[in-house]
Amino acid sequence: MCLAVPMEVKHIDGDVADVEIGGVRKQIRLDLIADRPQVGEYVIIHAGFAIRTLNKEEAMETIKIFQEGWNLELI
Amino acid sequence: MSSFDSLRDPDKCKAVLKLIEEAMQGQTLRFMEVCGTHTVALFRSGVHSLLPKSVVHLTGPGCPVCVTHDSEVAAYLELAKRDDVIIATFGDLMRVPGPGGGSLKKAQAEGARIEVVYSPFDALAVAKNNPGDKIVFLGIGFETTAPTVAATVRLAKEQGLSNFFVMPFHKLVPPALDALLSDPAMAIEGFMLPGHVSAIIGLEPYRPLAEKYGIPAVVAGFEPLDLLQAILLMAEMKRQGKPRVINNYKRVVADEGNPKARAILYEVYKPGDALWRGIGTIPGSGLVMSDAYKPFDAFDALGVELKECKPLPGCRCGEVLKGIMPPNQCPLFAKACTPATPIGPCMVSTEGSCAAYHKYQLDLSPGK
Ligand code: SF4
Repeated sequence: MCLAVPMEVKHIDGDVADVEIGGVRKQIRLDLIADRPQVGEYVIIHAGFAIRTLNKEEAMETIKIFQEGWNLELI
Repeated sequence: MSSFDSLRDPDKCKAVLKLIEEAMQGQTLRFMEVCGTHTVALFRSGVHSLLPKSVVHLTGPGCPVCVTHDSEVAAYLELAKRDDVIIATFGDLMRVPGPGGGSLKKAQAEGARIEVVYSPFDALAVAKNNPGDKIVFLGIGFETTAPTVAATVRLAKEQGLSNFFVMPFHKLVPPALDALLSDPAMAIEGFMLPGHVSAIIGLEPYRPLAEKYGIPAVVAGFEPLDLLQAILLMAEMKRQGKPRVINNYKRVVADEGNPKARAILYEVYKPGDALWRGIGTIPGSGLVMSDAYKPFDAFDALGVELKECKPLPGCRCGEVLKGIMPPNQCPLFAKACTPATPIGPCMVSTEGSCAAYHKYQLDLSPGK
């Protein structure tokens, strides 16, 4: 539950967004962030909620952390 | 080279290591990392083994499962026995041993109704689908997790749900750091501050600590160069005698944190005292429900109390969490206590210090 990795925003519907990384899709909530992401931007997710919006460049710097074997179930 | 690869560039890492060695001339740096993900990252990246001997790494109390107190475990295990209660929890708590040797996993095998959820928000669906039952979410976690639970409680109120409750076991990082620093046995000389807790609280709450105790502190990311730069910054600040708080993870952490998440957090909760495993009560280091949200407090609404209980026999988690004892010096480490047969929570969670030592340190020992 303590891992927070950037995921790409694919679709937004009110306070709910579909996000994806490496073929893993999740539905997450946007209640906690003031800077609403656009589709194509990235968000850091913690326990099903976005806690920060990142632009693509910022996201790419962090993204491979979990492409190298973080347990997806733990996100 | 992408900007990401540059965070792993071996030449850059070597250059920073050299700078660390230079900065260390004649001094020591006993730094503590406060986040379980940093514990794992330090080992997995190999950074831990590259550091000069004068840089000593202490693992801190940064795994939310590990700091959950025996009394808190006993309270939720008691609740799990009730017929009209469904416990909703993050999976990490399932195997945490209670004072009597029980766990949620064992309770589940004995018939208790327990739902493992990925998000506190998912627990609301459990409440809606089971209108005749009381759903109790176990609210563990630091400042990163607490706002997600707060937002969920707010939604429960908006939606008029009357069968959803939270046991607030949240812990706050800065008061815990203050408590650790005030213990003269600790001799901490620097803090590697948590990346994602800081994304919520920002830098401000750490500043009084850096001033009061003269401790350099760096908010760090999780890549090799992030870790090495944080260590270099701590060493330099110490050498120059200019301790302060530096944000070295700007790509994720804004200096001011996330004000919206904090507003929601402090609408639902207010600061209170909290019990920390192996440490005891730390004033102002926890969160209790604010008056407007009292009806959602499982302690109040369901008449649960925290009772004193004896710590797990033989487990040295307290000393491990305080950085006084390295995990592999616990007499039970890798003998009676392994990730498959955990005796204490530090061996249960993948972010626990004992589990991290077991996974990485043992594999590095000669002959492996
Ligand atoms: S090795 Fe096991 S018993 Fe010892 S401190 Fe760690 S979790 Fe507790």
